Amino acid sequence: MIKMNTSIKEREEEITDEFSLFDTWEEKYEYIIDLGKKLEPLDEKYKIPENIIKGCQSTVWLTSEFRDGRVFYKADSDAVIVKGLISMLIKVLSDNTPDEILNAKLDFINEIGMMTHLAQTRSNGLLSMIKQIEHYALAYKSISAV
Amino acid sequence: METLTTIAPTFDVTEIRKSFPVLEREVNNQLLVYLDNAATSQKPQVVIDALNYYYTNYNANIHRGIHTLAEEATAAYEATRKTVQQFINARFSEEIIFTRGATEGINLVAYTWGRKNIYPGDEIIISTMEHHSNIVPWQILCEEKKAVLKVIPINDEGELLMDEYKKLLSEKTKLVAIAHASNALGTINPVKEIIEEAHKACAVVLVDGAQSTVHLDIDVQKMDCDFFAFSGHKVYGPTGAGALYGKKKILEEMPVFMGGGEMIKEVTFEKTTYNGQPYKYEAGTPNIADTIALKVALDFVTELGKNIIRNHENDLLKYATEKMSEVDGLRIIGTAKNKVSLISFVIKNTHPQDIGVLLDNQGIAVRTGHHCTEPLMKRFGIPGTVRASFALYNTKEEVDRLISALKKAIKMLA
Repeated sequence: MIKMNTSIKEREEEITDEFSLFDTWEEKYEYIIDLGKKLEPLDEKYKIPENIIKGCQSTVWLTSEFRDGRVFYKADSDAVIVKGLISMLIKVLSDNTPDEILNAKLDFINEIGMMTHLAQTRSNGLLSMIKQIEHYALAYKSISAV
Repeated sequence: METLTTIAPTFDVTEIRKSFPVLEREVNNQLLVYLDNAATSQKPQVVIDALNYYYTNYNANIHRGIHTLAEEATAAYEATRKTVQQFINARFSEEIIFTRGATEGINLVAYTWGRKNIYPGDEIIISTMEHHSNIVPWQILCEEKKAVLKVIPINDEGELLMDEYKKLLSEKTKLVAIAHASNALGTINPVKEIIEEAHKACAVVLVDGAQSTVHLDIDVQKMDCDFFAFSGHKVYGPTGAGALYGKKKILEEMPVFMGGGEMIKEVTFEKTTYNGQPYKYEAGTPNIADTIALKVALDFVTELGKNIIRNHENDLLKYATEKMSEVDGLRIIGTAKNKVSLISFVIKNTHPQDIGVLLDNQGIAVRTGHHCTEPLMKRFGIPGTVRASFALYNTKEEVDRLISALKKAIKMLA
């Protein structure tokens, strides 16, 4: 669906375009649930306490790798809607340089009407997830700067 | 001669709903169904008006002022103390200490009574179904005093194992801190029996009334508890106004909590003497407006009649329990014989949070998660539940909407 070697902005646009076809909240959520179900399950060896993102009502594991100057993310959750949201984030942000990730505006979240999931009160941790994704990018950036 | 006919008091839920303006709002293009009452209840217009009236007519700092506004505010504030006294049937109004809510009340006891009376090796008994607010303050105290926290186990229905409780009691037991009703399961605990047994062991008992005060008749004298804490915002009152009841004799001997204005009798740089109770526990300018409005909320409940409200809520509980039992894959967590009107449940192969999100999209407000009872969730081997909790303004039609929205959510997640 989403081709790699495209910019973050282009990948965001692809998601926004996809969502523009949906008329109802049901269609949107069915799509997200489907993404969640299709997200490649995280290897059990990564499901360790250190990889759990704090502040989520559901359990979210996030891990990353740094190869050839690019960051690759993998994640999983025990709640499927969160998993669908993670899936989108990973598709947009994975396989980019730390700078590209740190500069991403992620406007698509608002554009597809998922902004409520960024609210602290929902405690579903999309915000914590994005922060953790950025932390990894920042860490790799400082490593590669040495 | 005129014939006297007794008319059974009726409960007109349609009429009552008109008192709660928020119930008219739409969420996600649908009329709100508010089923998160165990977290906080909605407020009737009279309570909102009382807050507004206070700030527009007689806002003043209480007790010390000599002017008219201060006198009016003081009178209204102290009138709430009297109302709370009657609401929970305390013997004296000075047994009522205003707090922000149940959590502050429990902490007040832990930091004052607890620090004075708990010694190394002493034991404090709580139960598996306690809210974190009735666990953490005692853990902190136990850690500081090298005391031991003991936990009453429960059965699969979510009821206390009373025989196990009795075995835990000993001469080492100094305090029993117990929920009157469980926020996560709905279980009503046999507090009278718990207190009787504790008193035989010369232990003091604190009852966490956060979940019971809105539903049950509270009589602290009959119950014979030593402390009783509750939050006003769960009884249709404003947030940030609650009360702690303590037996007069115990309060007199308890050390002060916070230092500041109001709680003193005389201050010199050498020594300060303290005010009597309840004021010695109410340092600083209190939450005047919300406390004043709390009286209106309690009067609102009393005027409707707790009995009549309870009948309505129990009807809803029974109806919702039956309807939910028909939903495929749904398991109710907490099936005690005596319950307040809330239902916690899980759906097979589904995370509670997913259900919560999909219900919200259909205008239905429920709570999902561990409900600040992580040890309890662990006992049931689940990460959390979905909780629908009912108040006096909820209807069977709303239960129907919950059920159909739930079925839709389950279908979407399948």
